[in-house]
Amino acid sequence: MARIGVFICHCGENISATVDVAKVAEKAGKLSGVAFSVDYKYMCSDPGQTLIIEAIKEHKLTGIVVAACSPRMHEGTFRKAAEKAGINPYFCEMANIREHVSWVHPKSDATTQKALDIVRTMVAKVKKNAALFPIKVPVTKTALVIGGGIAGIQAALDIANAGHQVIMVEKKPSIGGHMSQLSETFPTLDCSQCIMTPRMVEVAQHPNITLHTYAEVESVSGFVGNFDVKIKMKAKSVDYKKCTGCGACWQKCPSKKIPDEFNEGMGFRTAIYSPFPQAVPNKPVIDRPNCTYFTKGGKCGLCKKVCPADAINYDAVDEFIDVKVGAIITATGFDLKHADFFPEYGYGKFKDVIDGMQFERLASASGPTAGEIRRPSDGKVPEKIVFVACAGSRDKAKGIEYCSKICCMYTAKHAMLYKHKNHEGKAYVFYMDIRAAGKDYDEFVRRAIEEDEVQYIRGRVSRIYEKNGKLIVKGVDTLMNGEPVDIEADMVVLATAVVANIEAESLAQKLHISYNKHKFFAEAHPKLKPVETNTAGIMLAGACQSAKDIPESVSQASASASKAIGLFSSNELTREPIVAVVNRQAPPNFTSCTGCLLCQEVCPYHAIETEDIKDRGGNLIKRAARVNAGLCQGCGTCVAMCRNKSIDLQGFSNDQMLSEVMALLNA
Amino acid sequence: MRIGYYPGCSLEGSSKEYNDSLFAVAEKCGVTLEVIKDWSCCGASAAHNLNHDLALALPARTLALAEKQGLEDIVVPCAACYSRIAGTKNEISNNIAVKAKIEGYIDLKLTADVKILTVFEFLQKYIFPTVDQHIVNKLNQKAACYYGCLYTRPKEIAAVEQIENPMEMDEVMAKAGATPIDWAFKTECCGAGLSVSRTDIVAKLSGKIIEDAADRGAESIVVACPMCHMNLDMRRPEIKKQLKKDINIPVLFITQALGLSMGIPADKLGLNKHYVPTDKVVNCIVKMEA
Repeated sequence: MARIGVFICHCGENISATVDVAKVAEKAGKLSGVAFSVDYKYMCSDPGQTLIIEAIKEHKLTGIVVAACSPRMHEGTFRKAAEKAGINPYFCEMANIREHVSWVHPKSDATTQKALDIVRTMVAKVKKNAALFPIKVPVTKTALVIGGGIAGIQAALDIANAGHQVIMVEKKPSIGGHMSQLSETFPTLDCSQCIMTPRMVEVAQHPNITLHTYAEVESVSGFVGNFDVKIKMKAKSVDYKKCTGCGACWQKCPSKKIPDEFNEGMGFRTAIYSPFPQAVPNKPVIDRPNCTYFTKGGKCGLCKKVCPADAINYDAVDEFIDVKVGAIITATGFDLKHADFFPEYGYGKFKDVIDGMQFERLASASGPTAGEIRRPSDGKVPEKIVFVACAGSRDKAKGIEYCSKICCMYTAKHAMLYKHKNHEGKAYVFYMDIRAAGKDYDEFVRRAIEEDEVQYIRGRVSRIYEKNGKLIVKGVDTLMNGEPVDIEADMVVLATAVVANIEAESLAQKLHISYNKHKFFAEAHPKLKPVETNTAGIMLAGACQSAKDIPESVSQASASASKAIGLFSSNELTREPIVAVVNRQAPPNFTSCTGCLLCQEVCPYHAIETEDIKDRGGNLIKRAARVNAGLCQGCGTCVAMCRNKSIDLQGFSNDQMLSEVMALLNA
Repeated sequence: MRIGYYPGCSLEGSSKEYNDSLFAVAEKCGVTLEVIKDWSCCGASAAHNLNHDLALALPARTLALAEKQGLEDIVVPCAACYSRIAGTKNEISNNIAVKAKIEGYIDLKLTADVKILTVFEFLQKYIFPTVDQHIVNKLNQKAACYYGCLYTRPKEIAAVEQIENPMEMDEVMAKAGATPIDWAFKTECCGAGLSVSRTDIVAKLSGKIIEDAADRGAESIVVACPMCHMNLDMRRPEIKKQLKKDINIPVLFITQALGLSMGIPADKLGLNKHYVPTDKVVNCIVKMEA
């Protein structure tokens, strides 16, 4: 016989000002199966919890309903109290009479009645509750970091320094990401490579980090603490065990006219190449589609002839390795919106209309002009540069409503770098608003305007066209009564929108993590879980989640690393037992499941496996569904789909739900 | 498919040559256009500056009449009419409350399902399938296609695919054997309705358009909007004063240009009705070899 206790909380005045709590307690006390009922000012307080514990002991309660706030707030608190009193914590239920009642209705009898109705449903439910026990899953204390930019590097180093193993996968031949391409960084103007390359080297030399460059994640299965990852190691055509990185091969390679990705197409590289002098690892790969040996059926072979270490291997093939990891950190970064997006700005049509990343390469000491700002068309030093902020960002008509966040700062930096190198030059910035909300950020922009005399024009650019060898930038000055402004420039730099990595969507699908309509990965909660994803054990770092600058990427990377380290802090993970289970019956049925596996089709977490039920002789009796408790998130979709009620959700069983509904209907 | 035709005020008056050349081209290809019976003013400029309900009710009435007449597509050659009618259709289709209110005003029901076509959409859809057999001349000139504002914005009703770099008229001109040029003023403002009140501003804005076309070697400017045509053609003396140079590139309606390539006589296309003489355009034409 159930003996239920009901505890009505006033929540100060949050509930009691609108709901007649004494009346609810009184009426609840008369419900069938309720052995004790009381109201109290603060149920979550220490005396409130003591009240619950004492009542359970004194009245020999078998279950309790706490009518108070949302279970998201205090379910854990009250379950612990129940456990302390000696009953299974899952015999504690909450009736939410704050968010669902007192906060949304005025004081009235109907409001009190609604509170009582909710209490009644929960009393009906708790009578059907069963003892549940937390699920324990083992943890593989190795993290996979996808992406070797600054975010991935930071996360990997943090985890490795905490004593755990890290596997880093980078799709390019070198780690370093976009940060290695930058010239100076705001707001301090320290050289990007000077602060970046030591960290890259640290990754390569760290005893706890295994680095796979020129590699991609092929597939991911498993669950938190126990992911199985297949990594595709693209054929480098160079044996890294033999290669010393001497460079003889790329010096002799005859295919010298391949647009250089690291320099954003401004400059050339060879077919066998290492992307930049500070690359890590500083060993080359062969770009097969551009290599004469591969395109002309074995002709050439020069690199093999000149290699003193005999490291060139034309017969190398893509290889796959399987690894087990406990946590995954995605740090796949961003792309910039590219050509033909701006027909009105002539991007892709006029050589001297470039994007922000191309300007970084022009300003970089390791760039194609060795740091001199020379325009791509004829190599002349431009006398007048126009910088256009928000080129695509915050523009609904272009389909990108969001702010790319980093452009205000880097545009100020670009204008400053140009002025520092060309004192006589003129720099103009067209902007919508200046968003410089960071430590020392606004001071930096003011410095560009006040000390370096960059001319800021608040207004949009409608068109850029070429006339008599000049780029005419047509814009408007909205602070000068909307006066049209035409500037004859020698070069234009577009701060094009930050967009998701082109492969973000396919990776998200492999990882089963969600993403927004712009393909940026979705965090579990925008404020309180900004680094976790909705898939347990997978964390986010850097611009793969949203546009971010370096300090923010690094902060988030360290945060996601701390989540991984936290996960690795014990040998087993404890998970809530709110998971689906397939029923078990005595032979000869074993289970009522017929193995139709519709549940498998609808499960968003890929948590449904199959189980072969065999007799003692090893002969297959039937194939049934089985829920992987490590993967199951307790959404209940499978329960709704199951045709003969063979699958049920612990803590929210069909029986419990139906009791709640009946309690409401039989008022 | 029965194709409706909404002339609006311009095509019956100041831009009669646009009307005549459209019908000449359609006739040549055996396409019949039915005028929407009892059509009313689209409300351009006046109505939508004063009263939003009136601005919707006027085109809505025309749309309802077109539906009653059983028309599925309607061609609206004037850009201002197009903007008003397509804008009304868009607003009514997306807002049931507004639709009900407007139906009350005009005392007519409407589905707003008819398709509103600009002239270049009409040409693509109904003339292009058979046009090749009718083309006998190559226009043989560099043409600057000028779209102006009303076909390219707002985005919701834009009649072109790339609002900042429309190419639809350029495709028609290529068909007519002209060379469409790449230029910078395709969608700039001509000064529009300031034609009467602030002719000086029109001269300045239209002057820039004509100057850029001339600088890039255009031999003709091709338009699909009566207002643009008026500003670029009729206001040429003021433009000349503004630019302090005489640029006499003729301005053609797209239907006139296509008509010339089809061998339709110049007077039938109304080429004699322009302020800037059009002989230069006609002189460029070469007969195609059979």
